[in-house]
Amino acid sequence: MVRLRTESFAPLLQLREEFDRVYKSLFRDGGGTPAGQSKASGIYPSLNIWEEADALKVEAELPGLKADDLDLTVLGSELTIQGRITPTPEGQTVHRCERPAGDFRRVVRLPIDVEGEKIVATLNNGVLLITLPKAAGAKPQKIKVNVG
Amino acid sequence: MNTDVEKNVDKHNGNADVASIEYTRGGRYYRPRVDIVEREGDLTVLADMPGVGPDDVDVQFNDGVLTILGRVADRLPADTPYLSREYGVGDYYRSFQVSDQIDAQQISAEMANGVLTLHLPKAAAARPRKIAVAAK
Repeated sequence: MVRLRTESFAPLLQLREEFDRVYKSLFRDGGGTPAGQSKASGIYPSLNIWEEADALKVEAELPGLKADDLDLTVLGSELTIQGRITPTPEGQTVHRCERPAGDFRRVVRLPIDVEGEKIVATLNNGVLLITLPKAAGAKPQKIKVNVG
Repeated sequence: MNTDVEKNVDKHNGNADVASIEYTRGGRYYRPRVDIVEREGDLTVLADMPGVGPDDVDVQFNDGVLTILGRVADRLPADTPYLSREYGVGDYYRSFQVSDQIDAQQISAEMANGVLTLHLPKAAAARPRKIAVAAK
């Protein structure tokens, strides 16, 4: 992540001070993982995955992504999410450049069997939600117990 | 002001461990990632706020301070049993001090695909002006 310091703005300075720098400095001094070095660093997009009764849900935040620029594939137990986020057009001066942009690709191994034909995905306000219906074999089966 | 800022969390940077996300709803905000570029006479701010719709964003420019607030509706119950949880969901907040050369009346904002785009035109006096040099 590129972070420009206030001092470097020089005469073209428009943004004199950013309040949340205060937070950043507090966080840096507060121990833990240094900013910008999360364990997920370099992996994009981040995913939340949960299980519902008859489907597996995979959610990703992909702000700025258009549906046409997204490519989802499932092969066996691997889900591939790839696409491209259009970079911000360059200006004469760049004061902040934090937003991820460009090509991304992530492959995840699905923990349960899904029905590849019935996968549905929606992109709403930059949030991608993929619904992967469980294969019949992955759903719990009620076993009837006969009294002998 | 400080109070809000200290609660501000970048959800992608190190501190986004699940423990800190749990109480996001209690007034904690995520800090949207921004690009700020300057073109002739215009500052453009882009802020990533996935999950925020056009009606859920509040932008204020007051005394040279630009404040962005984005509300995110709960997408899942708090007790959702995640198999994998790599980011938290919550409201966004960030504020900047901008030079007072902005024409506050002309600021425009649009929200699309989870990205807020703000145009802050400079006040006429702050725009670059080409000065004609007369030949003698």
